[in-house]
Amino acid sequence: MYDVIIIGAGVSGAASARELSKYKLKICVVEKEEDVCCGTSKANSAIAHAGFDAESGSLMAKLNVEGNQMMEQLSKELDFPFKQNGSLVVCLHEEEMPNLQKLYERGIENGVKDLRIINRKELVELEPNISDEAVAALYAPTGGIVCPFGMNIAFAENAARNGVEFKFDTEVTGFEKKEDTWIVKTSQGNFETKYVVNAAGVYADHFHNMVSEKKLHITPRRGDYCLLDRSTEGFVTHTIFQLPGKYGKGVLVTPTVHGNTLVGPTAIDVEDKEGTNTTQAGIDELISKAGSTVKGLPIRQVITSFAGLRAHEDGHEFYIGEVEGAKGFIDCAGIESPGLTSAPAIGKMVAEIVSRLAGAKENPDFVGTRKGILDPKTLSNEERAALIKENPAYGNIICRCEMITEGEIIDAINRPLGAKSLDGVKRRTRAGMGRCQAGFCSPRTIEILARERGVDPAEITKSGGNSKIIVGINKDRI
Amino acid sequence: MLRQVYDIVIVGGGPAGLAAAVSAKRNGIESILVLERDKELGGILNQCIHNGFGLHTFKEELTGPEYAGRFIEQLEEEKIAYKLNTMVMDISGDKVVTAMNREDGMFEIQAKAVILAMGCRERSRGALNIPGYRPAGIYSAGTAQRLVNMEGYMPGREVVILGSGDIGLIMARRMTLEGAKVKVVAELLPYSGGLKRNIVQCLDDFGIPLKLSHTVVDIDGKERVEGITIAQVDENRRPIPGTEEHYTCDTLLLSCGLIPENEISSSLGVEMSPVTSGPLVNECLETNIEGVFACGNVLHVHDLVDFVSEEAGAAGKHAAEYVKNGARHPSSDAKDIPITATQGARYTVPKTINPDRMDEKHIVRFRVGDVYKNCYVSVYLNDKRVIHRKRPVMAPGEMEEVVLKKEELSAFPDLSQITVKIEEA
Repeated sequence: MYDVIIIGAGVSGAASARELSKYKLKICVVEKEEDVCCGTSKANSAIAHAGFDAESGSLMAKLNVEGNQMMEQLSKELDFPFKQNGSLVVCLHEEEMPNLQKLYERGIENGVKDLRIINRKELVELEPNISDEAVAALYAPTGGIVCPFGMNIAFAENAARNGVEFKFDTEVTGFEKKEDTWIVKTSQGNFETKYVVNAAGVYADHFHNMVSEKKLHITPRRGDYCLLDRSTEGFVTHTIFQLPGKYGKGVLVTPTVHGNTLVGPTAIDVEDKEGTNTTQAGIDELISKAGSTVKGLPIRQVITSFAGLRAHEDGHEFYIGEVEGAKGFIDCAGIESPGLTSAPAIGKMVAEIVSRLAGAKENPDFVGTRKGILDPKTLSNEERAALIKENPAYGNIICRCEMITEGEIIDAINRPLGAKSLDGVKRRTRAGMGRCQAGFCSPRTIEILARERGVDPAEITKSGGNSKIIVGINKDRI
Repeated sequence: MLRQVYDIVIVGGGPAGLAAAVSAKRNGIESILVLERDKELGGILNQCIHNGFGLHTFKEELTGPEYAGRFIEQLEEEKIAYKLNTMVMDISGDKVVTAMNREDGMFEIQAKAVILAMGCRERSRGALNIPGYRPAGIYSAGTAQRLVNMEGYMPGREVVILGSGDIGLIMARRMTLEGAKVKVVAELLPYSGGLKRNIVQCLDDFGIPLKLSHTVVDIDGKERVEGITIAQVDENRRPIPGTEEHYTCDTLLLSCGLIPENEISSSLGVEMSPVTSGPLVNECLETNIEGVFACGNVLHVHDLVDFVSEEAGAAGKHAAEYVKNGARHPSSDAKDIPITATQGARYTVPKTINPDRMDEKHIVRFRVGDVYKNCYVSVYLNDKRVIHRKRPVMAPGEMEEVVLKKEELSAFPDLSQITVKIEEA
């Protein structure tokens, strides 16, 4: 019997698990995929939004600003990449200046700090590649960029460290309400729990609607992105949005914490909750829009395009709280942008609700810090030489594009909630994330995964399930 | 940190690095070190187990590993030092090479000359912006080649190939021989990017259809590839609606071009050609950075390894001369004559030539940008046409060459410009 079962090991579920592990509770996270961070959390703009966008007075606005303010401290405690690079909302038409002013005022009302409107001259100083059309911008120094995998994995690892159990490849199929508990039915059997936290991303409506007459409706809203090579580092240094208006919403252009340039997203409503396929129309739209706020975007440096699904609830608001008529079932639904930014605050809010309902006591053994995978690139050459002497695996480069060593990959596999697949290794270490997109390193990473996990190389998948890389041996069907 | 000293450091132990090393040694340099990132010398040749290598160099048909083996033997005979499993992390402007491996850790080498021979990589699915899902079962042809030929694994059973580059063609045959069904090879362009002989021997002989002016417009399958949709493209290479054809398959191989791997060169400050993505070099194969030379596929992508070896031999010789002279040839720079590629010729290697310094004859290699039939390759010295050679067929997949003569260049008054172009009959 669990105290809490959290559905979903995305960033909301993992943040909630980590916050709840501060209490004396028996917690389990169930996830239908083979790893954490496999849905909406892995494919988004990777932005820590300042908080001027959400409607004033909304829960979204509140948690956005709170999450943003927590991010820096948390990134240190949990050792994930975060950078407060500042964001700019660029106004391209003089007649739209009143809208920029409105956005500024909303930001002030939402509690965003240090917000100001800057003129073209200052804008050009900040971003030399800004469009010649740009007349002014809203400058939010508190805006930031974060590694979405890094943050999600950090929450999950720290939760696991503090006793939270994770069940992967475990799909929830239904619920049964008992007197004071819930039976959570899954593909791996039934589990009883006092509280259920529904952090299922695009599926949150599905689970909510199983227990409530007051229906939610979540639309998977697809966003296509193009990721440019690290050789474009410095093309822009701030996150650049286009002021939404009668000329459209535009797409953002931003550096990532790892030095790539990210362009996107589109916003295309789809039916399929797994419909993360990019389309020609989506990519074309992206490329045509990306040039409006900046000039000379090196779009030919694209190394991959991908799509993610926002969990768009019809009311465009976060739904966090105990579901009416379903005692002990807590929704964490409608978590779309700025969901990633808000995640630290969402986790806190969920934990407050559940711990209050449960009357939980604090966990005196809670350890709030976590060390990430050592990145030898952050060391001096001397320190690096010493590290290799101690552990020669750090002298063996596996991913030549991102210069990732065998030592890092072994760490990623063997740590708590370690990587089981190529994508698991990629999200933890960046091996395969570079310009050759794993062309060179995938056979070698497969070898390391097989060796460390003690399985046959043919068992290693790209991302769990049937995503096999090797389907047999030569001439086995001749 | 350990710092060693060598006259010449060669980055890469593939065909280019091997030939450059042997040549530098035979031109009088004793102190040479080859740094190879893989676990053995030979580079990509080790996975090219088909034959057809060495017709020019050894006048016989060898497999890739055999061809590499010949050069590795020469390297051993010449007692040239090399380090395996060693990654070059950085090269500084004063030629300090920082490298790393398991045994030596991080170490530095002060070199007098550096030869860049890192080869190239394949264009990935991401760089091609192919829409659809991103499941397992999508490989660059070279990755599949490694899995099949070096590790004995089948990456798939039913295969669609995009791109008719040589590796893709070779892999169509290879996968067929190992028991897979290759359903179609689609090529975006109206002509193949591969050698004619490979189209005959790898596709035609096995009844594999080649669809020119076609591309992949969708990838199906959330975990593993389940199907591929291809469509015909118009003259602007845009898919034509209504021409879609769906193939059930579990694998997509990509053979859509090779990109020289010049990240280290760029950070060293080597000037690049936007056409080849390789360094701009003079007739000594020296980059804008004195004493830094480039050869093989890191310079420009070759069709035949024989030409790589030849070019690398020249780079080794010039690097040796540079070291022996202790500086650039005294008559350098001032008389570097630029070679312009235009009207159908896309680029030339070298980019400049110095009549004082050049050998009696110098082969200038280039590629055309389209298919040309019964056209002429022309070379102009300033405005005067000195070469006008008829070619029945020229295609972007096959490298072209012209020979420039020292005598002619030296005698030409006020030579300021050499132009290579394609002219109609």
